Amino acid sequence: MTKGATRPAWWVGAAALLAVLPWVPGLQSDFGRSLLSQMGIAAVFALSYNLLLGQTGLLSFGHAVYFGLGGYAAIHLLRAVNGGWPIPVPLVPLAGAAAGLGFGIVFGALTTRRGGTIFALITLGVGELVRAASLMLPSFFGGEEGVTASRTEAPRWLGLDFGSQLQVYYLIAAWLFVAAILIHAFMRTPVGRLCNAVRDNPERVEFVGYDPRRVRFIAFSVAAAFAGLAGGLHAINYEIVTGEAVGATRSGAVLLMVYIGGVHHFVGAVLGAAAITWLQVSLSDYTSAWLLYLGLIFMGMVAFVPGGLAGLAMIHLSALRTRAVAAIARSYLLALPFALATLAGAATLIEIAYRRSTQPEAGALMTLFWIPMDTAKPWPWIGAAGVLALGAAALARIRPRVAAAWERAAEEIHAHA
Amino acid sequence: MREIVVFSLLNGAVYGLLLFMLSSGLTLIFSMMGVLNFAHASVFMLGAYLSWQISRWIGFWPALVVAPLLCGLVGAAIERYGLARVHRLGHVAEILFTFGLAYVIGELVIMAWGRNPIENRVPASIDFAAFRIYGTSYPFYKVLMTMISVGMFAFLWLAFKRTRVGLVIQAALTHPRMVSALGHDVPRLFVLVFAIGSALAGLAGVIGGFALLTEPNMAAALGPIVFVVIVVGGLGSIPGAFIASMLIGVVQTFAVAVDYSLADLLRALGMGLPPGSALREMLAIKLSQAAPLIPYLLLVLMLIVRPRGLMGTRDT
Amino acid sequence: MRELFHRIAKYGLALAAVLAALPAAADTLKIGYIDPLSGGAASAGVNAQKHMIFFIDRINAAGGLNGQKLELLSYDNKVNPQESLIMLKKAIDEGARIVMQGNGSAVALALTDAVLKHNERNPGKEVLFFNYAAIDPALTNEKCNFWHFRFDADVDMKMAAFGDVIAADKDIHKVYLINQDYSFGKAVAAAAHRILAAKRPDVQIVGDELHPLQKIQDFSPYVAKIKASGADTVITGNWSNDMLLLFKAGKDAGLKVNWFTYYGGGLGSVPAIGHDGVGYLKQVTEHHKNVLPYLLPEEVAFHKRFTDKSDEMYYWRIRNMFAMLEAAAKKAKSNDPVKLAHALEGLKLDTPLGPMEMRADNHQLLQPLFVSTLSDKVKYDVEHSGLGFKTDKKISAADTAMPTTCKMTRP
Repeated sequence: MTKGATRPAWWVGAAALLAVLPWVPGLQSDFGRSLLSQMGIAAVFALSYNLLLGQTGLLSFGHAVYFGLGGYAAIHLLRAVNGGWPIPVPLVPLAGAAAGLGFGIVFGALTTRRGGTIFALITLGVGELVRAASLMLPSFFGGEEGVTASRTEAPRWLGLDFGSQLQVYYLIAAWLFVAAILIHAFMRTPVGRLCNAVRDNPERVEFVGYDPRRVRFIAFSVAAAFAGLAGGLHAINYEIVTGEAVGATRSGAVLLMVYIGGVHHFVGAVLGAAAITWLQVSLSDYTSAWLLYLGLIFMGMVAFVPGGLAGLAMIHLSALRTRAVAAIARSYLLALPFALATLAGAATLIEIAYRRSTQPEAGALMTLFWIPMDTAKPWPWIGAAGVLALGAAALARIRPRVAAAWERAAEEIHAHA
Repeated sequence: MREIVVFSLLNGAVYGLLLFMLSSGLTLIFSMMGVLNFAHASVFMLGAYLSWQISRWIGFWPALVVAPLLCGLVGAAIERYGLARVHRLGHVAEILFTFGLAYVIGELVIMAWGRNPIENRVPASIDFAAFRIYGTSYPFYKVLMTMISVGMFAFLWLAFKRTRVGLVIQAALTHPRMVSALGHDVPRLFVLVFAIGSALAGLAGVIGGFALLTEPNMAAALGPIVFVVIVVGGLGSIPGAFIASMLIGVVQTFAVAVDYSLADLLRALGMGLPPGSALREMLAIKLSQAAPLIPYLLLVLMLIVRPRGLMGTRDT
Repeated sequence: MRELFHRIAKYGLALAAVLAALPAAADTLKIGYIDPLSGGAASAGVNAQKHMIFFIDRINAAGGLNGQKLELLSYDNKVNPQESLIMLKKAIDEGARIVMQGNGSAVALALTDAVLKHNERNPGKEVLFFNYAAIDPALTNEKCNFWHFRFDADVDMKMAAFGDVIAADKDIHKVYLINQDYSFGKAVAAAAHRILAAKRPDVQIVGDELHPLQKIQDFSPYVAKIKASGADTVITGNWSNDMLLLFKAGKDAGLKVNWFTYYGGGLGSVPAIGHDGVGYLKQVTEHHKNVLPYLLPEEVAFHKRFTDKSDEMYYWRIRNMFAMLEAAAKKAKSNDPVKLAHALEGLKLDTPLGPMEMRADNHQLLQPLFVSTLSDKVKYDVEHSGLGFKTDKKISAADTAMPTTCKMTRP
């Protein structure tokens, strides 16, 4: 898990990076900054979920409930601000955090009595319950239309009116930084350590004299508070909150983010949030099959790379220090063209199939990997299938090499450890 | 009044039977392997699409047999080549694997058949009215659904109580490790169970496909309710799943017919409404509007009060 | 070490965002089309998209608007207001100056609000919102604004058209209302109450049902209620899946009532009700295939280009929308959104079905409306079903106008 002390230098570096990002060429447009804002919100949400799943081992399928309820609370506060309340916009997300904490305590008292699969099922039920209820209480949830507010009709704060996306991004980045520090600090408190203990061995925690249910309840409430904070930021960014903010899709998305990013690593949550947000927003432009790719990547991660992207990076970094790294690099280099071929072949087949079934009016002609092809004819299918088969066969041959190189690296790491 | 009660009972029973068809397979899988198979409703959807496609080629009645078989094979493949690797990583990993699988199967369906609902009409051979009550005709395919559902229940019950494999599986429902220690090939049992469970889902899909709308969103629409059924019914219990399905089906259908709210009840009792618009709004919700909530309310209550469900034999 | 990843993550996403950034726009007038292209209502969104493609190609073939070609950018919003706002941002950033949407008043309400905010905060980069199908009356009343233009008759206008037909039909005694539980469905129910009270106070309303939007798979409980109430007529604004599933359940139960619908002729609905609907199913639309004894050239060309069974030309109003856009561009001699908007106000145009006019006070298009009934004796059928619609009554554009409470600020 997380090892070593955290040096302040890293935090300063992170802050500097957050400050500089919206000026990076390519991200300077309104859309680029909007993308960064979305990533920031997702990162706060993912960090809260990491606290729940990664640190305390609680798998929740309904975490979006606290995100959404926090968002609704914040947007109602923003509406009040539009009506004259003298609260500056940067403090509005606190309403989200408060709502998240409140609902977390109320629902948490009921749901955290058990852990494991029962807990997962309860969260699923509560999530669906809240989602269904969101359509029945229009005064709070606004019905299908949702609730809107304006972030500019508010008292100015340091001369800022938060009309521009840039200002909103900095607000989100600031809260992200604060949330990250707070969660990191929380994990270092005795309660935080107990969360890890409950994740690893709840029976033992009981024997040592602590109540795992209490610990789960505390972790749940804190996670809900930060989820609500993310919801509040969401409300400010979009100036609208609708029922799907509490829905199953959003709960599923944060699960994907945290797991793909790396469930055991603090930074994994941020990584996963950035990656999945980018996929959702931008990849969908290039291919209508993006959700299929995401699902496959997720399944692959669960089965083969449980540590996620962050875990993968960790492993490689520790391998860097060994002498076997050259062998590993060589085997990767050897495998690379075949891996690319396999992926290209599979992707081509998938893209062609999608084009034919979902966008027939766009015609049969496509250009994939710089090769124009007529999908109505059989040869693109045969060609892609052939490339896929050859690539896969070659990879199967090379796999023992890669495995052997990694075994040597693992031996060396264990010898040094 | 009598009409609406009779119809609600009939409709509710049919809906309940559909839920049972769908959840019987999942009960099997969940009870035996502890795997919360998120992809179960997706296999149901696959069954609906496959049966439509196959009926176009070779007719409805053969499709009724072939589609579930194909789904069973798909289930076997999922367990053999996918889930088997994930078992050692724990229950969370298994759940997550099937979670991703649900997305993937959904997208594969879109890849093959497009994003729009397909015209899965009731096949001509069963498209007639079975009987008429109070001037409303009742379609035969709903009767067929009833027959298949009851047949499934009978099959599962007999298979468990009367065959050797069934006995072993029953033992594994409550004591999986002991069964393994006694020398039974548990991985192969797992493949068998997953295959049977998926075949049942596929069979449910064949009928569900034209009773409901055949579209890529089918799985997401029915998935959560199925979990409610197996948890409320009880982990490890087929009769429990049956009772839970019927309970949920009938109660939800009856609820739609009731246009009264708690506010009406208060007024009828002569009590005034409390002040505060939010509370008033909650009390004014008609039961017919709140019907979709009922299964989840039941789930949450059951999990809090009695996690092993109505007739469960295991806690988890 | 962990914080190193923090950095790598941020660089990585910066790189990714660079890849996501789009190249500089060519000089076309970009139109952002935001509607469901996947999910339950996709059939409607994709069908409308084909209309967009068709009419844009026609305009481009004739030289474009003021010499500038049109380009369609499509975005899938899954009928979700949240998603629509994200897509709006995307569209604006990719250069769209006109945004078009229709499926779902909830989405339209969110979009009109967002467009207003954007235009207020970004003078010089204004965007217009053309609404071709979201007919909640609020959009041209309390929620109206200068940038929104609606090209479909709203709920009240259509219900008024039904009103005369219901008033004349002495066989209607008990009416059941069933609608989707959101702003549009509630507006339909409210309009029905008003019109019935005004035109036929003797008619009894025996049911007023609101069901969740796009969630019900099986409508048989609702059909049972309709039957139990003894209603002889049902008024509903249901669309897409909600309409055809309701028909399906009604057909299964042998329900025989008059159906007064807004979208009963929509994709999939006529096949769902089949022959049971002949003489019973009514709709109010700005066009149907048999409104003239011959097919109009646009219809012929459309069917030639899109040959799938489901490719019916449902949205004559999209044809009207582009015709108005073309005329406005000619009048304004410019494609600047602000000038186009001013030119649209009060614009009158002739169509093969009668004259139409864009109201200056609330930006509602007035076009001829037709109340029609399903028949098996018509020349042109829909979706190869052998059934088509036959006009009962035509209401001229001017007669469809309703009073408005709209007060908009103009630049």
